[in-house]
Amino acid sequence: MKKKEESFFKLISQKPWEASQAILDNEHDGKTFIVSKAKLGVRTVMVVSTVIFSLFVVSYSDRMLVHDWRSLSQPWLLWINTLILILTSVMFHRTKVLAERNEFDKTKNSLLIVGFLTFAFLTGQLLVWQHFVNLGQYASTNPANAFFYVLTALHGLHVLGGLYFWGKVTTQLFKESYNVSKIKHNIELCAIYWHFLLIVWFVLFGLMVAT
Amino acid sequence: MDEENNNNKIETKAADSSSGSYVPPADNIPASEIPEQELYHAKSFWTRWVFCQDAKVIGVQYALTATAVGLIGLILSWGMRLQLGFPETFSFLGPATYYQSVTMHGMIMVVYLLTALFLGGFGNYLIPLMVGARDMVFPYVNMVSFWMFLVAVLVLISSFFVPGGPTGAGWTLYPPQAIMPGTPGSEMGIVLMLISLSLFVIGFTMGGLNYVITILQARTRGMTLMRMPLTIWGIFTATVLALLAFPALFVACIMMTLDNLLGTSFFMPEIFTMGEQLGTSGGSPILFQHLFWFFGHPEVYIVALPAFGIVSDLISVHARKNIFGYRMMVWAIVIIGALSFVVWAHHMYVSGMNPYFGFFFATTTLIIAVPTAIKVYNWVLTLWRGNIHLTIPMLFSLGFIVTFVNGGITGLFLGNVIIDIPLSDTYFVVAHFHMVMGIAPLMVIFGAIYHWFPLISGRHLNQTLGKIHFWISFVGAYAIYFPMHYLGFIGVPRRYYEMYDSPYMTTGVGLNQFITVAALIVGFTQILFLYNIIHSAFYGEKSEKNPWKANSLEWHTPEMPPEHGNFGKELPVVYRWPYDFSVPGIDREYIPQHVAPSEVPTAKVEKT
Repeated sequence: MKKKEESFFKLISQKPWEASQAILDNEHDGKTFIVSKAKLGVRTVMVVSTVIFSLFVVSYSDRMLVHDWRSLSQPWLLWINTLILILTSVMFHRTKVLAERNEFDKTKNSLLIVGFLTFAFLTGQLLVWQHFVNLGQYASTNPANAFFYVLTALHGLHVLGGLYFWGKVTTQLFKESYNVSKIKHNIELCAIYWHFLLIVWFVLFGLMVAT
Repeated sequence: MDEENNNNKIETKAADSSSGSYVPPADNIPASEIPEQELYHAKSFWTRWVFCQDAKVIGVQYALTATAVGLIGLILSWGMRLQLGFPETFSFLGPATYYQSVTMHGMIMVVYLLTALFLGGFGNYLIPLMVGARDMVFPYVNMVSFWMFLVAVLVLISSFFVPGGPTGAGWTLYPPQAIMPGTPGSEMGIVLMLISLSLFVIGFTMGGLNYVITILQARTRGMTLMRMPLTIWGIFTATVLALLAFPALFVACIMMTLDNLLGTSFFMPEIFTMGEQLGTSGGSPILFQHLFWFFGHPEVYIVALPAFGIVSDLISVHARKNIFGYRMMVWAIVIIGALSFVVWAHHMYVSGMNPYFGFFFATTTLIIAVPTAIKVYNWVLTLWRGNIHLTIPMLFSLGFIVTFVNGGITGLFLGNVIIDIPLSDTYFVVAHFHMVMGIAPLMVIFGAIYHWFPLISGRHLNQTLGKIHFWISFVGAYAIYFPMHYLGFIGVPRRYYEMYDSPYMTTGVGLNQFITVAALIVGFTQILFLYNIIHSAFYGEKSEKNPWKANSLEWHTPEMPPEHGNFGKELPVVYRWPYDFSVPGIDREYIPQHVAPSEVPTAKVEKT
């Protein structure tokens, strides 16, 4: 039985007392949306993170109007890190495609490359921090610096959280103790999260470059 | 040991194979499309009761922790009242202690007691049972959520024992004063408070993920959104609000922690103190207020919406009548939830923001009164010509309606800029918010505990003690907060350690003493209630199954109290809403949700 997904607002304006509706309701399987629980979980996490980052962006835009704001220069390393993150996202997409084609040996390698690139990104971010600290640009020097450190740290923590799940999927895959459709789904979810992190980084980095 | 585990195992079974004997063939049972959840079965004492993944145990853990920390909040309120009623009498109550008591009382009650008890406690216990699920969708994450909450509470409590004591900045924690010398607890207390709040938010997000997804995706067959009990609707909407609002608190906490520890200027303006300029400049304290209240106002509804939901169910069950206007109730909950995000600045009329802003927020504040009033009318209309049983849950529900109307109406006054300006920072505001988000939700919590205690423990709470508890709490609450409205009118400012012999206090002194005595009596009554809970859990009168003759699924588990996995071998299939009381056309007084239409062929379907 295939069912059509209905919008939330349509669902709450149903008239359950009508006989025709009651028949449909008795057939209902208890799911509101046609999506797996884990996928909905990832989406919820992404929504909550989006709210957090949006509030930071609002605070940033409010704070930068004050006269003491001195923008940070963007070192070339930051552009390289951005490039690495783009590459990571592309690789994760490739991993997903490979997994869908059941080419699990290639998937393993691809996953490892993703992990390596992600660690490279994090190391790169730390190097940028070191670069600024060497220049004497501390968090307390200027609000722009403070926002830079907070936003990169928060984004980095999100990446670390993703790496935890990347680690879980990778071990599952290497231990060969997996359910094929489940592991495909898990890889897909991780890929979605990585794309999300890339978009967040684009927004944050764009904001810092533009101002 | 192994055999025991096998017995515990809940077998997955396609529903269409063997349930023919259960329900007459006339009823169409949809095939189970969702494979049954695999549950983790606890093997030892530790995994069964301590690091437990069963939502029911987690709910009880949440409730016990919240109650324990709430008791501390209660004792702190006694400290405040003693100082206000009898100033210069108690040597242990200095100005610092007073402000620390105010701050910790506020934060504990709002976040660590009410939010944790409604969503963590009732949410965890009731959601899987009421929607017909075996457990939450991510039981492990759910367990971590509780332990994060416990750590947050411990960090908060530890601030009582650090040099300088807990923060005394007021529960709103406004910078710059919260982190400046001169405010009690500006050394370590404020940092611990901010860390504790951040941990709470992270822990809550884990729990909230579970509540939302369990309600959306893991309901049993036949349980459409519009057949869910209103309790679930309240908890669901409140959780969505919390997931969207707590990030604002989190962001504010992070930035203030950095202002404090690293000397950044997110919120810190240029400050001259003791003839010297501090290193900060340009930060905006108003920005903090916006962030705080963007969390703070939805927080009011995070507490209120579960209360609305639960009280609807209590009224319906104990008045043996279907809830009036079910769909309208659901819509009102959703609309209140949406509007609660655009009213926050009515807490900031005197903060110095643009006055036109105040006009906008006054308008939205008055608009939110419309769905709220609809709910109140619907509760009253549910009671109208109902078969009202004056059980203790019903008494508390009635107490809730009266108190909520009271606090809501003063809220309408305060929502207008022109009335708020003279009244803000007086005891009128204290009276208002205690009525509307202190006493009213507590009434529901008490009612809900009396209602669901038989389900949780298999025993009834003592009725005599319960009636004493209700009457003293109800009358006492009015004895405390009615005079406070008057104190506000004559201009007594809130947050003052002592009024000395200011002209306000000519009539205020006696009133303040009266309030203090009432507060002490009401407080002690709550200890009587705790005694009732502990005593009845072991020696209370044994309850039969479904003692209130309710329809919702939690009362129809094979065992009472429900076991791990909740519903035995087969999940129930739902055919109706949970409010089929006194349905015309049949000889039954109530029809539980899982009763098939063919068993009650003559029952009339009621329009809602």
